[in-house]
Amino acid sequence: MIHFVLLISRQGKVRLTKWYSPYSQKERTKVIRELGGVILNRGPKLCNFVDWRGFKVVYKRYASLYFCMCIDQDDNELEVLEIIHHYVEILDRYFGSVCELDLIFNFHKAYYILDELLLAGELQESSKKTVARLIAAQDSLVETAKEQASSISNIIAQATK
Amino acid sequence: MNPFSSGTRLRDMIRAIRSCKTAAEERAVVRKECAAIRAAISENDQDYRHRNLAKLMFIHMLGYPTHFGQMECLKLIASSGFPEKRIGYLGLMLLLDERQEVLMLVTNSLKQDLNHSNQYIIGLALCALGNICSAEMARDLAPEVERLLQFRDPNIRKKAALCSIRIIKKVPDLAENFINPAASLLREKHHGVLITGVQLCTDLCKVSSEALEYFREKCTEGLVKTLKDMANSPYAPEYDIAGITDPFLHIRLLKLLRILGQGDADASDCMNDILAQVATKIESNKNAGNAILYECVGTIMSIEDNGGLRVLAINILGRFLSNRDNNIRYVALNMLMKAITVDAQAVQRHRATILECVKDSDASIRKKALDLVYLLVNESNVKPLTKELIESLEASDQEFKGVLTAKICSLVEKFSPEKIWYIDQMLKVLSEAGNFVKDEVWHALIVVISNASDLHGYSVRALYRAFQTSTEQETLVRVAVWCIGEYGDMLVNNVGMLDIEEPITVTESDAVDALEVSIKRLNSDLTTKAMALIALLKLSSRFPSCSERIKDIILQNKRSFVLELQQRSIEFNCILQKHQNIRSALVERMPVLDEATFSGRRAGSLPTSVSTSTGTARNLPNGIAKPAAAPVADLLDLSSDDAPAPNSSGGDFLQDLLGVDLSPASAPPGTSQPPKAGTDVLLDLLSIGTSPPAQSSSSASNILSSIQDDKTSLVNLNGLASLTSLSPNATSASPAPMMDLLDGFGPSPQKKEENGPAYPSLVAYESSTLRMTFNISKQPGNPQTTLIQAIFTNLSPNVYNDFLFQAAVPKFLQLHLDPASSNTLPASGNGSIIQSMKVTNSQHGKKSLVMRIRIAYKINSKDVLEEGQVSNFPRDL
Repeated sequence: MIHFVLLISRQGKVRLTKWYSPYSQKERTKVIRELGGVILNRGPKLCNFVDWRGFKVVYKRYASLYFCMCIDQDDNELEVLEIIHHYVEILDRYFGSVCELDLIFNFHKAYYILDELLLAGELQESSKKTVARLIAAQDSLVETAKEQASSISNIIAQATK
Repeated sequence: MNPFSSGTRLRDMIRAIRSCKTAAEERAVVRKECAAIRAAISENDQDYRHRNLAKLMFIHMLGYPTHFGQMECLKLIASSGFPEKRIGYLGLMLLLDERQEVLMLVTNSLKQDLNHSNQYIIGLALCALGNICSAEMARDLAPEVERLLQFRDPNIRKKAALCSIRIIKKVPDLAENFINPAASLLREKHHGVLITGVQLCTDLCKVSSEALEYFREKCTEGLVKTLKDMANSPYAPEYDIAGITDPFLHIRLLKLLRILGQGDADASDCMNDILAQVATKIESNKNAGNAILYECVGTIMSIEDNGGLRVLAINILGRFLSNRDNNIRYVALNMLMKAITVDAQAVQRHRATILECVKDSDASIRKKALDLVYLLVNESNVKPLTKELIESLEASDQEFKGVLTAKICSLVEKFSPEKIWYIDQMLKVLSEAGNFVKDEVWHALIVVISNASDLHGYSVRALYRAFQTSTEQETLVRVAVWCIGEYGDMLVNNVGMLDIEEPITVTESDAVDALEVSIKRLNSDLTTKAMALIALLKLSSRFPSCSERIKDIILQNKRSFVLELQQRSIEFNCILQKHQNIRSALVERMPVLDEATFSGRRAGSLPTSVSTSTGTARNLPNGIAKPAAAPVADLLDLSSDDAPAPNSSGGDFLQDLLGVDLSPASAPPGTSQPPKAGTDVLLDLLSIGTSPPAQSSSSASNILSSIQDDKTSLVNLNGLASLTSLSPNATSASPAPMMDLLDGFGPSPQKKEENGPAYPSLVAYESSTLRMTFNISKQPGNPQTTLIQAIFTNLSPNVYNDFLFQAAVPKFLQLHLDPASSNTLPASGNGSIIQSMKVTNSQHGKKSLVMRIRIAYKINSKDVLEEGQVSNFPRDL
């Protein structure tokens, strides 16, 4: 099972954290600092796995961002690399060649997508298309709600003019 | 501007935070935003609640406290619109975890949303439940989730399946409710549902053996067929990764099959064909393919034996191992580690490649490879493998050296075929990475050297050589210092030269130089310096020509700020100056350290007495002393052991024995008195040498002073003397000290009795919980003074702490109490406390001794006081 997902920038800034196992706020900060130190300092040609506190952390760098997932000892590291790539591809499709800034300003979107991909620390969907479709459907629900709200506020505004 | 908007938009806040140049600026912005959000919360602002929560989440990611926003999540979740719920659930998952009580408040909203008509809202609720639910919530909401496993929309079914995993992990009792619905998920066509269904079954098998049996019987064939269809399926663009249809599903199916096949021949048989097909057909040029192969190999290794498949799997691993991609090599090492239990021979074939990986530039690979090599070592290959490992020790970086050193030491210790090899390897490790060696490792080395009597000379010379080249390795210096102190004469005289050794010329002053260097070295720590001082003391008697110089070096530490060194310096100096006559006996070679005791200590993880940095001269022999029960036997053993040693002639040997026992007797230099007559020395030896120090075991003590025992030990010693004088070695040398001692003690045991300083030990005090025994002796020539050794034995099953013995005597007596050996008395006679006292009777011959005693101690920090009177002393004291 995946215990947590971390997105860390090359400067060590946290871009996304998702915890599937309980970690207290203090532990979370510690984990992030510790892993950031280990992973950011690793050379580019080394393998993508780090043994850490009896777990394995699989990480992969895309542009300026490190995508890290912490898994159990007997999980399949290569598959997790594939899951990371899967996630990146979906983000890429959603944002249209995604960059770090997209993930900063639309961090909640990145979370929504992750929630359609992983649940309870396990993979939920292997089809990129399905994930995209589900996200689009929910986005449009939000849009509709917003439009309704603004039309109501327009009506109110006109009525109170 | 919109009249309803207040504060900044999310985007603006992020921008403002990003433009901060210092951490202080950032804190200021965040503080301002948090203040605004708090204000909005207290005003119960509705319109911007979701925006505020989004801001809070961002602030939370930066690591600032956001607990005040937790209730906002609950409010958003409770509102009716989808956008509010969406952000509310996201905030809930981000800001809270299962351990917060607040979470319980959301159970009701979750229940409602799980029954909502909008499937996306159901999806949100399932997602939150799956990610953060606690055991209570799992119990409350399990029926809803179970029902949703049959929901019409597959996207809800898959979420419900993963949510069920969380539930059964939190509450394994609920597993049986999920077995049937999970099994029906396996028949689905939708990949998402299938993947999550397979995963749910896997986790059910882990928590419930009932589930395992059920799936094994009912689903194995179906799963094999699904995997077969998948492997043979035509190109499916939606699920295709690198030419393979849905590798994720492949991997999950293989994982479930592994669990089903493990320990079940029929199920294993059923999946053989498809495993062979996957192992041969999947392309290994892309990561996705390799991931499947890796999983497949794992499954083949775990299920019941099928020789052909195993060969296939090992070959795949061999291919992986020679791959240039580090990731692939890493997983290969990882899997070989599991394969070693299945087929060690096949793994051994890849030894050379694995050893290469220990030197890899990648720390992760190095560590995995080292773990694997550690498992590969056995008696037959330990020599070449250790050689390789020591070579890679030279090349490795500081961080890795620690891990590597520990592993090498443990291997050398475990598999060493002979002592000389062990010593050689340890020397290499010490000179290369001595600073990483743990205390018990170099202690063990000293014990081994001490036990290898024919290698003493070799070891000390090798250590001396190593010491010349690498003085910066602390533990090497320590072992070298110890050996030079003990076997310095062998170093100088080239005693016990082996054929393989190169001749070396070391003068006495060279050896002293080495010790001086180790004391004066800036980075020597206290232990090393203290050990070097002892070594110098020892050399002072072995190298008479250097004794003046040694005295100077010892004296230089007289003003050391470190109490330990200062004390040693002063005490040793005192020995050198005032006690010439006993010095040589005092600093005799250590007796052979007992390996069994030492390893016993290590196993019990007791601090070895050698390890304490304050380990003083007298602690060393005591700490490693043998169990008191068999001192004589040990001494005799020693003689047979040492006989082949070139320079231990009979006379030396006896002196050895005496020296051994003498050193604890006279080690407190201030108080020790030069013995007056041979008899007394021997008596002292017997009583002190065999009555063990505090640490040693229970029966300890009262043995000795009882006349009978005294006799036997004397007889034994006599026997020993005759034995040694009969032995050819002794006749050749028969040196003076032995004669002297024997002369002094010449007459038979009876004479000793006439001298009268032995009395039966008496039970001076006994209650249901405690016994105090007195061993009484007289100082010769001083009939007024009686020496009493009080031995306390605990008769209860409780440990006594803060044990304190007090005694009072009438005016005609004078009492002097020495400190007790300990203030803790182990339970049920498992040890004792010994305390000596001296009573001077001014009316000797007229009145006999009498004493009032008071004993205070604590049981489980409760005070206990016992009092009594001792009036059963022998009359003539």
